[in-house]
Amino acid sequence: MTQMHVGLLAATVSMFGVAAAAQPVTFEYWYGLTGDLGEAVLATCDRFNASQSDYVITCVGQDSYDAAVQNTIAAFRANQHPTIVQSFDAGTADLMLSGEFYAVHQMMEDYGIEIDWSDYFPGIANYYSSSTGEFFSMPFNSSTPVYYYNVDMLAAAGITEAPLTWEGMEAAFVALKESGQECPMAYAPSTWIDLEQFSMVHNVPVATNNNGYDGLDTELLFNTTLHVRHMENIKRWLDEGMIYLRTAQSGLSARDSFVQGECAIFFSSIADHATVGKIAPEGLAWDVQMIPTYEGFERTNSVVGGASLWVLSGKTEEEYRAAAAYLAFLASTDEQRDWLTVTGYIPVTNSAFETLTAEGFYDEAPFAGREIAIASLTWTEPTELTRGIRLGGFIQIRAEWVAEMEAALSGQKSVQEALDTAAQRGNAILARFAQTYAGQTFP
Amino acid sequence: MRKAYFKTNWLAFALVAPQLLIIFVFFYWPSAQAVYWAFTLEQPWGGGNTWVGFQNFQNVLTDAYYWLSVRASVLFAIGSTVLAMGMALILALFADRQLRGYRVWRIAVIWPYAIAAPAVGLSFRFVFNPNAGLFSYINTIFPGLWDPTSTGWQALVMVIIAGAWKLVSYNFIFFLAALQSIPRSLTEAAAMDGARVMRRMWDIQLPLMAPTFFFILVINITDSFTDSFGIVDTLTGGGPARATDLMVYRIYSDGFRGFDYSGAAAQSIILMLLVIALTFVQFRYVERRVHYT
Repeated sequence: MTQMHVGLLAATVSMFGVAAAAQPVTFEYWYGLTGDLGEAVLATCDRFNASQSDYVITCVGQDSYDAAVQNTIAAFRANQHPTIVQSFDAGTADLMLSGEFYAVHQMMEDYGIEIDWSDYFPGIANYYSSSTGEFFSMPFNSSTPVYYYNVDMLAAAGITEAPLTWEGMEAAFVALKESGQECPMAYAPSTWIDLEQFSMVHNVPVATNNNGYDGLDTELLFNTTLHVRHMENIKRWLDEGMIYLRTAQSGLSARDSFVQGECAIFFSSIADHATVGKIAPEGLAWDVQMIPTYEGFERTNSVVGGASLWVLSGKTEEEYRAAAAYLAFLASTDEQRDWLTVTGYIPVTNSAFETLTAEGFYDEAPFAGREIAIASLTWTEPTELTRGIRLGGFIQIRAEWVAEMEAALSGQKSVQEALDTAAQRGNAILARFAQTYAGQTFP
Repeated sequence: MRKAYFKTNWLAFALVAPQLLIIFVFFYWPSAQAVYWAFTLEQPWGGGNTWVGFQNFQNVLTDAYYWLSVRASVLFAIGSTVLAMGMALILALFADRQLRGYRVWRIAVIWPYAIAAPAVGLSFRFVFNPNAGLFSYINTIFPGLWDPTSTGWQALVMVIIAGAWKLVSYNFIFFLAALQSIPRSLTEAAAMDGARVMRRMWDIQLPLMAPTFFFILVINITDSFTDSFGIVDTLTGGGPARATDLMVYRIYSDGFRGFDYSGAAAQSIILMLLVIALTFVQFRYVERRVHYT
């Protein structure tokens, strides 16, 4: 309403030949979050527009992460693209190689906006930056996986501390079973948790070339690492009735199963912390813990998930100035606090986390427990293998893993066979990607 | 007999030009683009492409899983077409018999056609839910028998039923219209000769409906190959273990989700050729047995 008003006013002013010096620069931002989270994104836009009068941001929801990137590509090819797009982690390899973006590091420097890049958590920074440490995109909604557990059910089984190892986890399953808990854990196969983050916290590779960071001639390794043993355990636990398959397709997701009190444990992103808090019935005592590691392995950091904001090429200087102002606005501690209060995401900078901790943000419900995610993310400095994963065709590789694991979990083939097939097919996808971008490397 | 025609060709051309333009913009141009992409490796963000000849086709056709997908698509097409035509025919015969309340049923049966595929998928997700849906009653009697989330053939049956359900109303309209265009005098004469309901159906109504049958067959087969995407996406996502990864769904997941435009384009061309071939076969061999007039 006010936006239209300003526009009308500006039009009237210019019609009468008076210089409309204060006409704001408008620019578009397409995002993929939906529901409550989508509303929260819109709220950041409203706050930005209200906070200053030089720029007007128009935020357009695209209904899903997938659609946000797909629609942006289609629009880009017709030169109708937005200035900023929210892109999820696995969807960016093509964008990186195309070069059709304005690296935020460079942009902030060009427009004289001071950002303390070293303030960002390394587990986040490495994921979104170039080999020389320059940020391509602006970290935004950031998460990392944890597991959620029912405090009362674990207590009834005699477990007072949520296990940090898979050995402890197995003992907990047995104890829960013995205490009369039919379903110790609700499980849904997830490459992000079972493969990617699992490999991160164990410091084992997913692929060669340091998980794809050092070149395009990458091959997958996950069928040769500790990951195989883990998936074999998952399969065994499923067969023994220690864990139950609960997927959205079956009508009852792992989260719903947990909230309804059917299962005692489930794994998910810390972003679910807000949702579980909202939909959990009165009196459900629950908490979160870092994803476990196997005994004999030094725990390393987990990495960020979620999405970041990319500034696309082909826009005017004015629009870039406006985009820079919006991204700087999002990075402020106040804005991060507002964002974290309505969502389950984690702060992206050290200073914001420290300020929030000092304010007592994490001391009480509903936010208590989310600091576990930060602990997991910052457990160690990232190693060569825990910077993240940079693979072309990553979405298809994830799909191959899921399809093969479904076959293995339903007993059609062994876990090793399934992972071998997934890796072999994934390698074909990687080779195809390298051929598409022959002679190029990730910047 | 004299024929009426335009003397000046330009007028005829001008009259059909808008139509041709629409067909060109929305059909030929995108198809040509797809053909071009199928022979290249296209970078999604536009930065150019490389000519690779038949490599994309070779990759697709030598992939064992692709043939599984073809198999699933064929099973889906046959299953949903037979089911949809059979159900629609039975309903149309009943409506035509003017059983009690047929006016209400006639309209009620047409409604499902107005429902979008994803909505159909979502509602069937509730119906087939192994834990809470209608089908969960099977599991209360025989525990663990019904589980489309881990049993491939059950998932395929599920999408076939959902796909057929969506086609039933469309088929119903055509079958009912065909039945109602059969002159009453024919059925009445047969009735007077002592033919009962079933006899009249076999000997008079069904043969006279043959042209409609043929039309619906072609439409249903084509539709089930090309329009099954929404149902698969909401019901199974192609799983479990690729059991419902129909050809058209694969094109979506590779092209749109995976940004492999060229691979998806090659698959589209193959699907297009398959549908053309099937339609050709139907016209060549099935239509021979159809008598119009």
